[in-house]
Amino acid sequence: MNGNPYLVAAYAVTWIIHIAYLATIVRRYARLKREIEELKR
Amino acid sequence: MKKAFPVLGVLTAILLGYALYQALVVAPTEKTMGDVQRIFYYHVPSAWTAFILFFINFGASVVYLIKRNPAADIVALVCAEVGVVFCTVVLVTGPIWARPVWGIWWTWDMRLTSTLVLWLIYVSYLFLRRFSSGGQTPTLAAALAVLGALCVPFVYFSIWFFRTQHPQPVMGGGGSIDPRMLHALLINWLAFSCFAFLVCWSRYRLEKLQREVDQAHAMQSLLDPTGSVR
Repeated sequence: MNGNPYLVAAYAVTWIIHIAYLATIVRRYARLKREIEELKR
Repeated sequence: MKKAFPVLGVLTAILLGYALYQALVVAPTEKTMGDVQRIFYYHVPSAWTAFILFFINFGASVVYLIKRNPAADIVALVCAEVGVVFCTVVLVTGPIWARPVWGIWWTWDMRLTSTLVLWLIYVSYLFLRRFSSGGQTPTLAAALAVLGALCVPFVYFSIWFFRTQHPQPVMGGGGSIDPRMLHALLINWLAFSCFAFLVCWSRYRLEKLQREVDQAHAMQSLLDPTGSVR
């Protein structure tokens, strides 16, 4: 296996898409946690 | 159950690493396409995972339409969202493979076009869920999901029914595949399925919690007539 640029691009883009989506989940969790803290007050 | 999540997360990460090793090192290089063929180990499992998630979305939507079960509604939403992510991977990795092999990024071929239409249907489903605030939203979304699911077999079988540039299916298409390639493909599918399951699980918990918080906000608004609470 050599570093074919198309192969590298496809694998990189796949993980960029998944990590970006995971980041949105983490962000939503953080926002929800803040809302829960506000509700408790 | 909460303790199982990190354990499954670590196991899935190991499996994804092993699957990557299988795809890049163990699987032999294809004679005509060369290394670019290895895109197949991410492209095909992502497509299968997306199809499975859309079918679960269909099943959960039917359950919601019959029983009005909120948990089924959450499952439908989560599977559509994660399915769209996997379908996006399919639509992005496909053209990256097509450019060196076909010489073009995209062609309005039946498989490619139907996959794009499928993606647009589920994106519109998510837009409906996101921007419609009426009480009928889950019902409308469930009806749209049932229609969207009809598109999944069409996408899958389009390469049998239409003259297409897209390669024939790996399994059931009459061709043969090197056992090491098949092993790499199946391992990657297993790894991405486990990953999708964990993401869905996490997203399910988030959505359930979000609905509980929204209910608490609504209750607080009712109990606070001055409107000082948002």
